[in-house]
Amino acid sequence: MISWLKQFSSRNGVGLSVYLLGTVTLWILVMIILPQLLMLDFSFRHNWHHMDPAKMGGPEDVYTLVNYHFLLYGSPNNPDPFNVVDVTVFFRTIIAAVFVTIFDLAICYPIAYYLAQVAKGARARFMVLALIVPFWVNEILRAFAFRILFGEEGTLNAILLALGILNEPIDFIREDVALYAGLGYAYILLMIFPLYNAIESLDKNQIEAARDLGSSWVRIHHRVVIPFAKPGITSGCTMVFMLTAGALALPQIIGGPSSLWFTQIIYQWFNTGSNWPRGSAYAIVLLVVCIAFVFLVMRIFKVRIGEIGR
Amino acid sequence: MSADVQLENVSVRFGDFTAVRDASLTIQGGEFFSFLGPSGCGKTTLLRTISGFQELSEGRVLIGGRDMAGIEANRRPTALIFQNLALFPLMSVWENISFALEVRGESKQQRLKRADELLELVALPGQGNKRVDELSGGQKQRVAVARALCAEPEVLLLDEPLSALDLKLRQHMRTELRAIQQRAGITFIYITHDQGEALTMSDRVAVMRQGMIDQVSDSTTVYDHPETAFVASFVGGNNAFPGRLTAANGTEATIDTPDGTFSARTSSHSALAVGDESIVFVRPESVFFAQESEQGNLVEVTLVSQEFEGHFWHLVLETQGGRAVRMSVMNDGAPARYQPGEKLTIGFSTTNAIVLPKGELAAE
Repeated sequence: MISWLKQFSSRNGVGLSVYLLGTVTLWILVMIILPQLLMLDFSFRHNWHHMDPAKMGGPEDVYTLVNYHFLLYGSPNNPDPFNVVDVTVFFRTIIAAVFVTIFDLAICYPIAYYLAQVAKGARARFMVLALIVPFWVNEILRAFAFRILFGEEGTLNAILLALGILNEPIDFIREDVALYAGLGYAYILLMIFPLYNAIESLDKNQIEAARDLGSSWVRIHHRVVIPFAKPGITSGCTMVFMLTAGALALPQIIGGPSSLWFTQIIYQWFNTGSNWPRGSAYAIVLLVVCIAFVFLVMRIFKVRIGEIGR
Repeated sequence: MSADVQLENVSVRFGDFTAVRDASLTIQGGEFFSFLGPSGCGKTTLLRTISGFQELSEGRVLIGGRDMAGIEANRRPTALIFQNLALFPLMSVWENISFALEVRGESKQQRLKRADELLELVALPGQGNKRVDELSGGQKQRVAVARALCAEPEVLLLDEPLSALDLKLRQHMRTELRAIQQRAGITFIYITHDQGEALTMSDRVAVMRQGMIDQVSDSTTVYDHPETAFVASFVGGNNAFPGRLTAANGTEATIDTPDGTFSARTSSHSALAVGDESIVFVRPESVFFAQESEQGNLVEVTLVSQEFEGHFWHLVLETQGGRAVRMSVMNDGAPARYQPGEKLTIGFSTTNAIVLPKGELAAE
């Protein structure tokens, strides 16, 4: 350790070394580990500070699984065998996030391939710009614009009615179409750029070699491009999935009235419910299940964690 | 099965730039044919045109008599070996080799069997299960050849595939490629800027310059009977003495140059008349030490430097007019006999000198 530090400082200079090690340590400790540990700690506590602040730190303030129990079984007088609402919302959130991820992958792969292997010079730069600039519009403005676009009286309905495709308007917001479209769009860049990076480093000759050996385009993608881009696909999908499952603003604004996103339930516990321990427990469950799910999928597709950083 | 390849007035343009200009020639079925030229001469473009990756602006490419217009690269009876080989790094050696069969939907058993046969052919038996990055440069080379042969092409196209190998291996692979070509019995079209490769392997060589084909002949003819100043200066070392033709008798001519009056043989492909600007070419190995009293083509020179290359001494000389002349002397085991700055007389025979019309020379 000491010799490593010496080597590190002789390679980068003392000033830079102290700065690098200091900021990275601070970042990891203060921004990542500490808050999550606090949340983890919270999730195993009773909600004393709301119910009876005097008992905080007292003999009854012990660790408990009550918050996790609540997520699974609900309140003691719940007639159902488990907490139907919360558990259903939880799984619906995960499944919806999976679909949004698949949807984004399907849209972004051709774009990333085109940018990385086909487009050249000015056209490629223009396309990248055209992808980035719309994200200057802030999230809240975009979300409300989606409401206008997808609302029952909205632009999309007006167009479809005018074209005679629909006879009566569809409430895209109630049907959650607006939410999925909004979520899909929100993280599109996080899918495109990892894919682009991965595909861009693929030697064009590999594609031509496969072509030359008689391969169809489908097979070229299946056998050459996609296997090569797997690390990029993994990191793009991971990011989109995690962020979608953890999104809050978009479900609040353009989610249908009858469908909750799991983050909204968490938010309710923290905010209107004033129950931070329960909110923490819910949030921790979401985090752990999402991570476990990502690792499971990576195992199925035989991607190692180290490849994501490539 | 081998097919002949015909180029009919093929031109390829990129915007204003013409990469290939009106190329016409016929490559015989089963021939080992090389395109030789400096980088940027259009040889790779021509190869890509034959393989179907590059559309031509004018003309026709016929393979086995069939016009290739509108036929995409994956449907042509050609297989291309890329300069960087472009093996698939995520597939094993045998999967690489049998990829063309996978495309055709052959069973795994069939593919394994064929891969084994081809590994045998390229002298890599039993290496099928290795990963590509476990192979050496020369082995990758062979795998690339096997992969291309597996597609059973009628024409194999090779784009400087040996350029990444070290000298010894390159020389070995030349022999090997030639042997594989004879065993496979198909047409090989080889692209290179290395005249050694082109001359040793090929039945015929086309020398290219700025998108044009200057000469198509067998190796010895290209070397001994160049038809243009470019071919003379690009293929092998050559000394050029520019001057003006003063007399010609059909097979020999006399040329006045600033370094003296020389007689040289003429090329049957280039008509020269008295008074024409022309260049006398003499190969370094055709230059010999002479006495001032001798008759013939003599030049007074000063020794500038000498390099030892093992089987040859390479001498750089300078004429009184300041022209550099190269001379190669077989190493007979004796130590270097001359010192830089020494005055010498050199000569060359009329039959070893050729006079050609003035034209573009290859860059040094």
